[in-house]
Amino acid sequence: MKRGLITALAIAKKDLQTELRTKESINASASFALVILVLFSFAFDLGREELYAIAGGLLWLVFSFAGALIVNRSFARELPNDCLDVLIASPAPAWSIFLGKSVAAFFLLFIVELISLPVFGLFYNIHWTQNFPGLLLVMALATWGITVVGTAFSAVTVNIRLRELMLPVLLYPILIPLLIGAMGTTTALLQGEPMSGEAIASLRLLIGFDVIYTSLALYMIEFILIV
Amino acid sequence: MREKAIYLLAILAALVMIPNLKTVFMDLPDEAMQGAIYRIIFIHVPAAINAQIFFTVSLITSILFLVKKNFVWDSISVSCIEVGTMLVLVNLVTGSIWGRNQWGIWWAWDLRMTSQLMCFLLYLGYLLVRPAIAEPTQRATLSAFVAIFAYADIPLVLMAIRLPNVRTQHPGPVLETGTMAKEFHAPFGLGVLAVFLICTALILIRQHQETAQREIDSLRRELHSI
Repeated sequence: MKRGLITALAIAKKDLQTELRTKESINASASFALVILVLFSFAFDLGREELYAIAGGLLWLVFSFAGALIVNRSFARELPNDCLDVLIASPAPAWSIFLGKSVAAFFLLFIVELISLPVFGLFYNIHWTQNFPGLLLVMALATWGITVVGTAFSAVTVNIRLRELMLPVLLYPILIPLLIGAMGTTTALLQGEPMSGEAIASLRLLIGFDVIYTSLALYMIEFILIV
Repeated sequence: MREKAIYLLAILAALVMIPNLKTVFMDLPDEAMQGAIYRIIFIHVPAAINAQIFFTVSLITSILFLVKKNFVWDSISVSCIEVGTMLVLVNLVTGSIWGRNQWGIWWAWDLRMTSQLMCFLLYLGYLLVRPAIAEPTQRATLSAFVAIFAYADIPLVLMAIRLPNVRTQHPGPVLETGTMAKEFHAPFGLGVLAVFLICTALILIRQHQETAQREIDSLRRELHSI
């Protein structure tokens, strides 16, 4: 167990290091997020109140699009030079490979989110700094949900035709409950409401989603990687 | 043996369904508030109930495939999911028609409708990803994984759509108290049974196709290797 966790940490570190050196998915993902943010401003012509009412929704659409780009590379990164086969053949258990990759994807997506959030606030004149700790908590929980399910499906789609197309088709329907929860809470927090009632219920949903899918993925990833 | 079972199921389904349709359309009186349209309930709800049954079967057979690695379980999973997805579509379409008639709108984002639509999208993903995987063992394993992930999402979807104050368009008795006039009980139950029998026959046919397809594929591969 402990050795598995150390291996997971090593894999996360390796992934982050590769990514920070090449910056291939983080650059693409961050600029994609910015483009979508700009596009939204042409899609809607909204007053201040209305904008606050849909702010959470906009933000999470951007984050989930950016997330799909990042997790898509999680396992695909290992394809050149047959690195994936070597990883699977190594003594590292499948779950720690998966956990390491999820952690790396989590940090990458979180960085993209932290870049887009101020830009969002700036473009749309939204005060995102009120309730910032609460917002960070929601972002962390929902981002973990996106990356853990995304990395699992990235393992499913890594060897199949039309990989880039299949991942979103599988990923987004599963993420719907998570995104409903995250969007609602984020909107409430951006409007300056305190963490209470409905927001707590959404938070519970996010935690439930994370726990269910993290355990399910850790338990089942062995079947997926070794076929 | 299988063919006999399929014919038997189809005949049984016809024997249940035809008299039941007669009861529903000829014998039962119109409903006091809705008039004739309420009869859609005898298709609408059985489709939803049976879809859930078949999705649950597919969850069990997917787990069995991962444990036993027997392709029979995989072929049952895919057949159940195909038929189940079709049933959800029937449920959505009939519900939409009913809604147009009663509420004046084709679609409302109420809790039942949203959850059924999510179900449809989840399993649509399964049906789309399956043909993209060429190698049979890989296809079966990855599909089983997707089926289990999709099923785990259903309770979460149900939780999520209850979150904000979702106003439901569905009538209260359907969702909470659940009372139906006594004379509707028998045709309703028989409706569920008839859909179940027809769909089981469809699943057996589809499962046979799936098995035959796998055999053809393996023969083709053998031919290529010679």
